Amino acid sequence: MYPEYMRESLTLVEKTRPKRLELEKSGKPVFRPMTAQEREDVLNRFHPDYQPEARRIIRVGPNKGESITTEVADMLESHSRIKPELIDLSKPDYETDILIIGGGGAGCAAAILAMQNGAKSIISTKLRLGDANSMMSQGGMQAAVKPQDSPTRHYLDALGGGHFDNKPDLVRALTEDGPEVVKWLEELGVVWDKNPDGSMYVLHGGGTSRKRMHSCRDYTGAVIMRTLMDEVRNHPDKVTILEFMPTIELILDSRGRCAGGILYNMETEEYFAVKAKATIIATGGYGRLHIRGFDTTNHYGATGDGLVIAYRAGANLLYMDSVQYHPTGAVFPEQIAGFLITEKIRGAGGQPINKFGELFVFPREPRDVESAALIRECLERKNGIQTPSGRWGVWLDSPLIETIEGSGYLEKNFPAMVRQFIRYNIDITKEPMLVYPSLHYQNGGIETNDRCETNIPGLYVAGEASGGVHGRNRLMGNSVLDYNVFGRRAGKYAAQYAKSVSLSKLTVDHVADYEDELKKARIKTDRVAPVLLPFYTPEEVRKRQLTAHYEGTLR
Amino acid sequence: MMAKKKVALKKKARPEKAKPEPSEPPKKMTTVFIMGKAHQVPDDATIMGAIEYAGYQIKRGAGCREGFCGACATVYRMPGDYKIYTGLACTTLVQEGMWLSQLPVIPAQKPIYEIEKLEPNVTAFQKLYPEIFRCVACNTCTKACPQSLEVMDYIQAAIRGDIEKVMDLSFDCLCCGLCAIRCPAEIVHYNVGLLAKRLYGRYLSKKSPELEERLREVKAKKFDKEYAKLMKMKKDELEKLYYARDTE
Repeated sequence: MYPEYMRESLTLVEKTRPKRLELEKSGKPVFRPMTAQEREDVLNRFHPDYQPEARRIIRVGPNKGESITTEVADMLESHSRIKPELIDLSKPDYETDILIIGGGGAGCAAAILAMQNGAKSIISTKLRLGDANSMMSQGGMQAAVKPQDSPTRHYLDALGGGHFDNKPDLVRALTEDGPEVVKWLEELGVVWDKNPDGSMYVLHGGGTSRKRMHSCRDYTGAVIMRTLMDEVRNHPDKVTILEFMPTIELILDSRGRCAGGILYNMETEEYFAVKAKATIIATGGYGRLHIRGFDTTNHYGATGDGLVIAYRAGANLLYMDSVQYHPTGAVFPEQIAGFLITEKIRGAGGQPINKFGELFVFPREPRDVESAALIRECLERKNGIQTPSGRWGVWLDSPLIETIEGSGYLEKNFPAMVRQFIRYNIDITKEPMLVYPSLHYQNGGIETNDRCETNIPGLYVAGEASGGVHGRNRLMGNSVLDYNVFGRRAGKYAAQYAKSVSLSKLTVDHVADYEDELKKARIKTDRVAPVLLPFYTPEEVRKRQLTAHYEGTLR
Repeated sequence: MMAKKKVALKKKARPEKAKPEPSEPPKKMTTVFIMGKAHQVPDDATIMGAIEYAGYQIKRGAGCREGFCGACATVYRMPGDYKIYTGLACTTLVQEGMWLSQLPVIPAQKPIYEIEKLEPNVTAFQKLYPEIFRCVACNTCTKACPQSLEVMDYIQAAIRGDIEKVMDLSFDCLCCGLCAIRCPAEIVHYNVGLLAKRLYGRYLSKKSPELEERLREVKAKKFDKEYAKLMKMKKDELEKLYYARDTE
């Protein structure tokens, strides 16, 4: 239930609703979309990436001298969890064709395709299989399936959304494989939302010029992820799953090829060496680094582990200066601050509204632009609503959707959202939600080509951990597509590569070399990475945690 | 329940956030028993927030933290009440005197099968989950479900071979396993629901002719020329094209 002082503003939202409804029904844009100059202006002044302390120069590694997100630079300029000389690589604990690091959507898709291409794999995952951002995507997956749409139109939309920084070959792969992925997932048993005649039920997302958002109610990721996991688990002879065992360093061979990884059992605190002919990083993003102090929509394990292990081994990173803030994270009640409010709400006609009940931005600008506009409305124009704890937000008018589509539409199509708020006595079919941008996605990542190869032979990357396909801003629904398209490609190409490779002597010397580089750059730090888990222990407790030596965040 | 105060769980404050009112009253606290140990925690915390506030670093028992992954199944009792309650730690609020424990993992059978070789009818359940026919219709599973799904009804639908109904009723299932851990007939409901969804998606949902047509076009390389053109364009040309494009 909203506090009494918000009542006046809520009444204004109701008052302007009929007029806004009329506009929505007219078929014209409900608000004039921004021009290129207007986009640039609002981004420069209000997007968190463009603030002075948001970036700094990284002093070591392949991207040395580049300006990247401050928290990422901090994480990369860090020590390994292991002393390389203590690792015995002469008798690896496991041997396999492909080591897949990460058990989310990309990792599972890769395992399935690897298996179909004759390769056995091990999935090393930090939490449980499927504990990933893939599980949490609500709104949908883009794919150009409709007759009035085309893969090339999807290509142009993705490029424009990414400020034309996207790598063309990757965007082509993404958009051209889209329809195939819809079909592949359906054959695996994903239940897509459909029209009564069997055609796909699709909606708009931010920055799309055609409706191409495919969904499974608002549990899209949950349905896809569980289907992929189930399929992986149906083949225990070909895929070995190691849960709570993240990979904390890569192994190379004496010829510089990737040859597996060192795994850490987080429960027994043992380390294991896995020898693999090819390795796929599918570790997802870094929302739990809480960049610029923002709340995040991300899952508990999203700490960018793949970035740091690949970087130490010499892999190039791309667009690590760009962070995605989802325009609509929840800000009230406090318990769900930062939680994702799917963009599908705006795709279905929901509008962002200020405290006077006014629409102040086109509801479906690309995410960075929409986020910056929401921040401007609150911080510059002071037209936001402040929560009792001091957070700013604007209304996201969901009852409008119910008026457009008829009573019961939200409950049927947004069961997760309805449920999320009704727990706190807010009925989103009758009252709007209060929202503010929330840290959502790692736009950049490890540089790859359209075969998911990196500059290190034998190292492949798929999903959020990779960089290039989304340029500096991803559109909604392109990451579900991304992890499927590139997860599949990584599985296939790594399996083909694994057939011909024969590894020479294994080494983790690169870890010691990186340590030397830190020393030469005079970087003194007690940071240890991969970070593995964030910690939310209050200050008073931490003061009493006096164990002399900590192993990173794990005490 | 209304949140009044900020639960100090985050490492850093939000720099973009305005300062809280100076008159903000001190946090109201409540006592909960985490695995039997008493802890003072903010009275508006979620169970997960309370566990972390008390100083625990969760390894098992946290996943998405937003009610999608089912990693944080929790059981609890209230003082003077014989009942066992269930909930997700990430979305359930603490109450005074709550005695709680998370379930780190739910032991559950997951038969191996080939989806290509199953038939979308009751035989799939008979073969893989024969124990569902032991359902005594006690409805404990439904009462245990943190998503308020009609769990028993979908098990009954599975017994009848009504796959569409199982799919529909189990659609929002998070596989947290609280149904399975409470079931006197030892059924693993959520895996039954997952199987039904996969059977429905693959075999029973009406197919899309548009999708087939598009796949034919892609296979016939219909878009190759346009891709080649677009991929050669400079930024200013692309920009012009992008801002001039029409929107559905």
